[in-house]
Amino acid sequence: MERFSIVRLATLKETSARVAEGAGERVIRAGGIDLLDRMKEGLEAPTELVELQSIGGEEGTALRGASEKDGGWRLGALVTLGQIAAMTDLPKAYRALQVAAGEAATPGIRNAATLGGNLLQRPRCWYFRHQDMVCLKKGGDMCYAQTGDHRYHAILGAGPSWIVHPSSTASPLLALDASVEIWDGKASTRTVPIADLFALPTVDPEREHTLSPGEILLSVQLPAPVADQRSAYATAKEKQSQDWPLAEASVRLSMRGGKMSQVRVALGHVAPIPWRAKEAEAILEGKTPSADLFVEAAKAATSPAKPLAGNAYKVPLTHGLLRQALHEATGLAEA
Amino acid sequence: MYACGPMSDRTTLTRRGLFRGVSTAAILTGCVNKSNETGTQTPGVDDASAPGEIGPDAASVRFTLNGKPAEAKVEPRTTLLDALRIDLHTTGAKLVCDRGSCGACTVLVDGMQRNACMTLAHDVAGREVTTVEGLASGGELSALQKAFVEHDALQCGFCTSGMLVSCAGLLRRTKGQTLTERDVKAAIAGNICRCGTYPHIVAAVLDAAESKGA
Repeated sequence: MERFSIVRLATLKETSARVAEGAGERVIRAGGIDLLDRMKEGLEAPTELVELQSIGGEEGTALRGASEKDGGWRLGALVTLGQIAAMTDLPKAYRALQVAAGEAATPGIRNAATLGGNLLQRPRCWYFRHQDMVCLKKGGDMCYAQTGDHRYHAILGAGPSWIVHPSSTASPLLALDASVEIWDGKASTRTVPIADLFALPTVDPEREHTLSPGEILLSVQLPAPVADQRSAYATAKEKQSQDWPLAEASVRLSMRGGKMSQVRVALGHVAPIPWRAKEAEAILEGKTPSADLFVEAAKAATSPAKPLAGNAYKVPLTHGLLRQALHEATGLAEA
Repeated sequence: MYACGPMSDRTTLTRRGLFRGVSTAAILTGCVNKSNETGTQTPGVDDASAPGEIGPDAASVRFTLNGKPAEAKVEPRTTLLDALRIDLHTTGAKLVCDRGSCGACTVLVDGMQRNACMTLAHDVAGREVTTVEGLASGGELSALQKAFVEHDALQCGFCTSGMLVSCAGLLRRTKGQTLTERDVKAAIAGNICRCGTYPHIVAAVLDAAESKGA
């Protein structure tokens, strides 16, 4: 890594101003796992790491804490994946998030990696991660994945970049109707649906999120569970541990009177953003769970898919994972 | 020495819930370390959460290493692993992947497993760091280390220090509880052994858990 300074400030305002003054040279650091990885790979050489961990007072408590209000939960951006996985008083209705947080990376990484950092980490694409490749994401003129080795790349919503969004907490949070709280860098915060945090490459191929310079992700807010809410998360990886998913499916639904309602389906690692599959939701909404119906919903979820030559396997893989998540969420044992 | 900021009852309850099941050390990690209030210590050197600026030149960082005070003068870019191995001559934690993928550099920071290669040395100011060197006491191997020997839980040995630290962390966190094979596998899910000694490691940890702990 190139030389840099560590800057620890006590307030959000100072932290935000410090980074905004030196955009590109100064970066915010939370857990720092992906940041150090990018710096070690020579992708970035910031002169200052401006720490979130030093923020004190109520702001610090809010960043590091988890709290319940009116049945919903607020998870600070600095809460680690390990802490989320270990929480015992988080409602079972949010199970998809806890499972996803507990299966990401490794125990050692989960003890450092934060929720905010997980949502804002950069893509794992090997062309992007290669120091010598100036791809579209790094100001180049093409996405090498489109014609290159794209076995781990997007089948949905892709072009002009074929990255998949790297966050494993993003798809469960999308299914759980989460919002994110963002500090504007000056005096106020805004809360937006988590879907609005992410942007397709058609908006800006060099970024995956919509935060402006100086803005800081403060927390993730989970709404109070709907009546009889269940959620489930299913993933497939090449390795059991220390691997990024090939694909993920997250579902949230309410089971009342034997029927599913308020159904949300979100897919991960198949698109440049966590992918809401409304086609599947429409098929499931108001229906009695059955294996046949799940097959139909799974096919609908990937109906807009446009696989490349080397990643069409992700289509049936996603089918299987979504069916798995639906069986788990509904408790349906027939198959 | 450690104090949490003001919190409402509700927050206290939920924070307690948040950390139930993880070690007390994890709670401390999330709180503000006020050790610099004595006025004899310098923020940043003794307290990674206190405001201040460090670098880019080398600066001192003080922490507890295996129960003893340690100090290193390192640049901000120095990883904890490099500070341990190069500056503090504590070479038990190994440098292998340098990307947090293999677990050979596993250490405990305030009782929690961490990859020393993905941690900056200055991050642990004021914290307690445990490496494999800290597991034995008075020249005698810990029950876990003895179990590794008895179960032939290593071949080339390069992953062993990281494995031992991950497993010691597990045994300390779960003292008094009955462990299953699954618990051990989950604890070493970040430690790669290319010799494939996993079954022997699991057996050794379960044996140590039943007998005397870490």
